[in-house]
Amino acid sequence: MSVTLPAADGSAIEPSCYSRLTNHWVCMDYLRDRHQDLASALVQHLQITFAALALSIVLALPLALIARRIPRLQGAILGATTAIYTIPSLALFPLLVPFTGITKTTVVIGLALYALTILVRSILAGLAGVPDEVRESATGLGYGAGRMLLQIELPLALPVMMAGLRVATVSTIALTTVGTLVSYGGLGNLIQDGVQNNFKAELLAASVLCVVLAFALDAVLVLVQWLVTPWNRKRAA
Amino acid sequence: MRLAGQTWEYLTDPANWQGSNGIWTLLLQQLLLTATALAITMVLALPIAMWLGHLGRGGFVAINTSNIGRAVPTFALLAILVTLDHPGVKTFGPYGRAGLATLIALALFALPPIVTNGYVAVDEVADEVKESARGMGMTGWQQFSRVELPLALPLVVSGLRLALVQVWATATIAALVAGPGLGNLITAGFYQTNYPKGIAGAVVVAVVAFLLELIGSAAERASQTGRRSTARRGVRGHRTVGG
Repeated sequence: MSVTLPAADGSAIEPSCYSRLTNHWVCMDYLRDRHQDLASALVQHLQITFAALALSIVLALPLALIARRIPRLQGAILGATTAIYTIPSLALFPLLVPFTGITKTTVVIGLALYALTILVRSILAGLAGVPDEVRESATGLGYGAGRMLLQIELPLALPVMMAGLRVATVSTIALTTVGTLVSYGGLGNLIQDGVQNNFKAELLAASVLCVVLAFALDAVLVLVQWLVTPWNRKRAA
Repeated sequence: MRLAGQTWEYLTDPANWQGSNGIWTLLLQQLLLTATALAITMVLALPIAMWLGHLGRGGFVAINTSNIGRAVPTFALLAILVTLDHPGVKTFGPYGRAGLATLIALALFALPPIVTNGYVAVDEVADEVKESARGMGMTGWQQFSRVELPLALPLVVSGLRLALVQVWATATIAALVAGPGLGNLITAGFYQTNYPKGIAGAVVVAVVAFLLELIGSAAERASQTGRRSTARRGVRGHRTVGG
């Protein structure tokens, strides 16, 4: 079905594929004319995701180290992070609003709490996977607890920790969209706008971009892991 | 902390629980949606996943459904489904506005934990056990139904538990695209800047999520009683964050 409109000079012009009359799902004109919208939503999406992941890593490392040092606290730490994980995202953001208001911080903290579960578990699993012989050798060579952690244990735990970070990154990218509830959802804001105004080109473009972003960041993390673990390359999958 | 007090007032006012837009109605609607979606995925996908695990084929499917499920935002999929001409936002029986679109999205997001755990549970039954069964002259079906199925049960139930929590979370998000369920309290509260209402909705959703998780872990424990853990190498399912 093609609709033709008369232009001012009397000749006929085709309406763009994202006009209300046509409203196509896939529309190159939209990408060309509105790439500014997509770019700013993408920037907000990445800001929120990176801030959440950074906060989560900063919290997860000490929590995992405490859980490892004090076994009695391990159950409490794992239990608390898992309990947060159970709360649906659309409910977690409102629960944070009394403390942080309708701000970007609400979304960042909520997403960081979700990532925490994955990161704490993967750091613990990574450290538990360091062979005892390696630790004994390091002790024999005169390594103290701090140096052993930084130079021996963390590097060896890196592959497992990176696996956790990849899962956390991909799910954080997807979950950021729900932040649109408090108006900070990055690409989610465009998705929400697309639903409310029945703007199909915008809705599909933002959704696809979100999935592409998740897989792209995942690929970047695989590359980073390959670069920082040269000793693992032969058996890296 | 005035908000907390107002939220408490909202929750303790019986008028907010009754009526066609009351908490009870929305709660029942969302429980019904969750149970239906879970049942659909269980009936359609679980047998296939477990049989593939028995054959030891299609492992890449089992792993990739998890990876894709994690990367696709539930919100985006719901948004696309309600914007399509079909199923759209049409009211669907007791499931409410956009009921069919919501059910489809929920059933799809139940797939990753159910398929992955179903496949892995059967595939990971120890080789010695499978060989013994074959050595006793069992047919493929007997081996599957009498040996692998009972041993795989705990991990399968664990996948169902993860799916339950995941589906409940996704059902909440349905309200963000004009769908049914308790999420409506949250979105209405926020769009009308009636924050106590929104936060009250979030409290109810979170409390029910905990209860479902408790029921799920009780079921998981029940499925483990009397099983020897040596028969399977325990692989925990990957969680997908709450929608």
